[in-house]
Amino acid sequence: MATPSVVEATPVAAASVPAKRRRLRFVANPKAAVGLGMMGFFVLLAIIGPIIAPYDPSARSNALIEGPSAAHWLGTTHLGQDVFSQVVSGTRSVILVGLLAGVVATILSLLVGVTSGYLSGAGSESLSALSNVFLVIPALPLIIIITSILPETTDVTIALVIGLTSWAWGARVLRAQTLSLRGRDYIEAARATGEKTWRIIIFEIMPNLTAVIASNFIGTVIFAVTSEITLAFIGVNTSGDNWNWGTILFWAQGQQALAQGAWWWFVPAGLAIALLGTALALLNFGIDEFVSPRLRGSGKSKVKTADGRTVKMRVGFTPVLGPKDTP
Amino acid sequence: MAYLAKRVFFYLFTAWAAITLNFFIPRVMPGDPVQSLITKARGQLTTEGIQSLYVLFGLDKNESLISQYFKYWGQLFRGDLGLSFTFFPSQVSDVIGQALPWTLGLVGITTVIGFLIGTGLGTLAGWRRGSWIDALIPVTTFLSSIPYFWLGLIAIALLTGPDSFFPAGNGYDTGLTPGWDWEFIGSAIQHSLLPAITILISSMAGWILSMRNMMVTVASEDYVTVAHAKGLSERRVMVGYAARNALLPNVSGFALSLGFIVGGTLLVEIVFSYPGLGFLLFQGVGTKDYPLLQGIFLIITLSVLLANFVADLAYMLLDPRTRREG
Repeated sequence: MATPSVVEATPVAAASVPAKRRRLRFVANPKAAVGLGMMGFFVLLAIIGPIIAPYDPSARSNALIEGPSAAHWLGTTHLGQDVFSQVVSGTRSVILVGLLAGVVATILSLLVGVTSGYLSGAGSESLSALSNVFLVIPALPLIIIITSILPETTDVTIALVIGLTSWAWGARVLRAQTLSLRGRDYIEAARATGEKTWRIIIFEIMPNLTAVIASNFIGTVIFAVTSEITLAFIGVNTSGDNWNWGTILFWAQGQQALAQGAWWWFVPAGLAIALLGTALALLNFGIDEFVSPRLRGSGKSKVKTADGRTVKMRVGFTPVLGPKDTP
Repeated sequence: MAYLAKRVFFYLFTAWAAITLNFFIPRVMPGDPVQSLITKARGQLTTEGIQSLYVLFGLDKNESLISQYFKYWGQLFRGDLGLSFTFFPSQVSDVIGQALPWTLGLVGITTVIGFLIGTGLGTLAGWRRGSWIDALIPVTTFLSSIPYFWLGLIAIALLTGPDSFFPAGNGYDTGLTPGWDWEFIGSAIQHSLLPAITILISSMAGWILSMRNMMVTVASEDYVTVAHAKGLSERRVMVGYAARNALLPNVSGFALSLGFIVGGTLLVEIVFSYPGLGFLLFQGVGTKDYPLLQGIFLIITLSVLLANFVADLAYMLLDPRTRREG
C-alpha cells in the first residue's frame, strides 16, 4: 500500500488543521457544500413555491405564447398560463416524488440487502436472486406500464410505483457491503459476547453502512425525479392542476413550442431538472470522497525533489524515479 | 463452464419472471380498464375486440387464472401478442417487428460507442489525475443530469431548420421507400446522427466517472508500481496493467445499467419521432393501447437480457478467474 507513505510525507498539513473543524468535514468539501446549498434551495422552493408563485399555474389569460416580460418573467403558454409560476409550483411535486420514492426504495433495499447479506442459506440466496431479477428488468418501461394501467395516478402513487421498482440496485450494493462486514473481527466479537442478531445488524453493521445508504438514497432520488418527469412528459399524470416540470414539457412538446420558437416554454423546466440533478450528483460525489479519500482531486501535485527534479505526486501512486537525465 | 451455466439459468429465470409479471400486472390492478376503454372508444370497438380485451385483462370470468396463464404462454410461443388498438387491426407482433430494427440500430450502436469512448476518457482522467481532464468531470455530470429527451429538444431547436443538414424527425426521408439501397441507408444514417449524438453525450458521463474511480483505485496496486519500476512505458502500464483490471467492474456495470440506459434512450426516439420502440411506446401510452405496451415491455426486457448475456460472455473473456473450474 502506497497511501500511508504519502500521508506521512505531509505531516505539517495534517497538524495545522484544528481539531474542531472535523465536525464540518463533509461541508468543507466544496462539491458537497455546493450540492447541499442547491438542494436546500430546491427544498425551500418546494415548500414555499406555490405560495410565492405570482399566478395560479393553471389560470388562463389573454397573453398567448408571449416571450419573457416584466409581467410574465418566463413568458406564457398557448393558454396564457404563466411559465414561471408553473416551474415554481411544480417544484413541490418533483421534490415530493423524489424524496418519497427515495425513502421507500431505501427501506426496501435495506431490508432485502442487509437481510440477504447477513443471514445465510436458501432465504438469503433467493432474496439476492430476486434483487438481481429486478435489476435486470428495465425499470422505466415497467413503471410506464404500471402507471398507465392504474386507473388513477397521483404524486403519491407514482412515488410508490417508482420506489417499489427501483430498490434493487441499492439492495445489491448493501448486500455486498454487509457480506464483507459480516466476517470482520468486531462482528465475531459481538456475536461471541451473545449480542442478539437484530442488535448486531442495527448497532454494529448499520452504522458502517451509513455512507452506502446515503449515496444510494441520493441515487434513487435522481432516478425517481427523472422517472416522474419522463412519465409526465409522455403523458402519464398530466391531467388536472397537478403541475411538475415534466407536465410543462409535455404541453410544450404537444403544442410544438419548438417550431414556434417558444424557447422560454421548455428551457427553464429542463434547466431546473439539470440543476436539481447536478445538486444531487454533487452531494453523491461529496459522500464518495468523504468515504474514500483517494477519489478526492489532488491539490498541488508537482513536487521538486532535493536534486532539482520535478516529480508528479499522485495519491495512491508510488513515485518511481527514472535514471537522472544527463544535463 | 459452471459459471456460464449459472448465468444461463439466471437469465432463463429472469425471462420467466418478466413474462409472469407481464401476465399479472393488468390482472391485479384495481379498476376495470376495459370499461374505461369501451367508453373512450365510443362504440368503435367490435364485439370481438371487447371480448379479446376481457381475455387480455384476465377479466374473463369463465376461465381460471391458471388456465389463462397457460394459454398466455401458448400464445407467446406462437408469437401472438394480441391486437393493437392504435394500429387496429394489426398484430402487436407485426407493429413491434417493424419498429425493432430501428431501435436496435440506434440504441445498440450508440450505447456501445458511448461505453467505449466514456471508458477511454475515464482511463485518462483516472491516470492523469489533477490534469485538465479532471475539469471534464463536473461538465459531464451536468450533462448527464439533463434528461436525454430534453437534450434532444434543445438539439432540435438549435441545430435543425429548413436549411440544416440535420433533419428534425423521422427515421428516413419520407420520400424514399425502405430498402437496402445506398440512398435509403444514407438517409437513415443522416436522420439518426442527431439522436445518436444526444444519447452519446448523456450516456458517456457515467462511464467516465466509474472508470476514473476504478483507475484511481487500481493505480495504487503493487503490480502497477512494479510495472513502473520495471521501466515500462507510461502508456503500456496505463493500458496493459491498470486499465485492463479497472475495466472489469465497468463491464459488469455496463450489463447492469443497460436497463436504465435503454429506458432513457427510448425517450430520445419520442423527441425525434424516430420510428422505433420508444416512439411506439409513446403512441401506446397516448391511446391506452395495453396489448402494445405489454408487447413492447416484453421485447425490451428480453433484448436487455440478451445484451446482458453478451456482456457476461465478454466478462468471461476478460477475467480468467470466471473460467476457472470449481
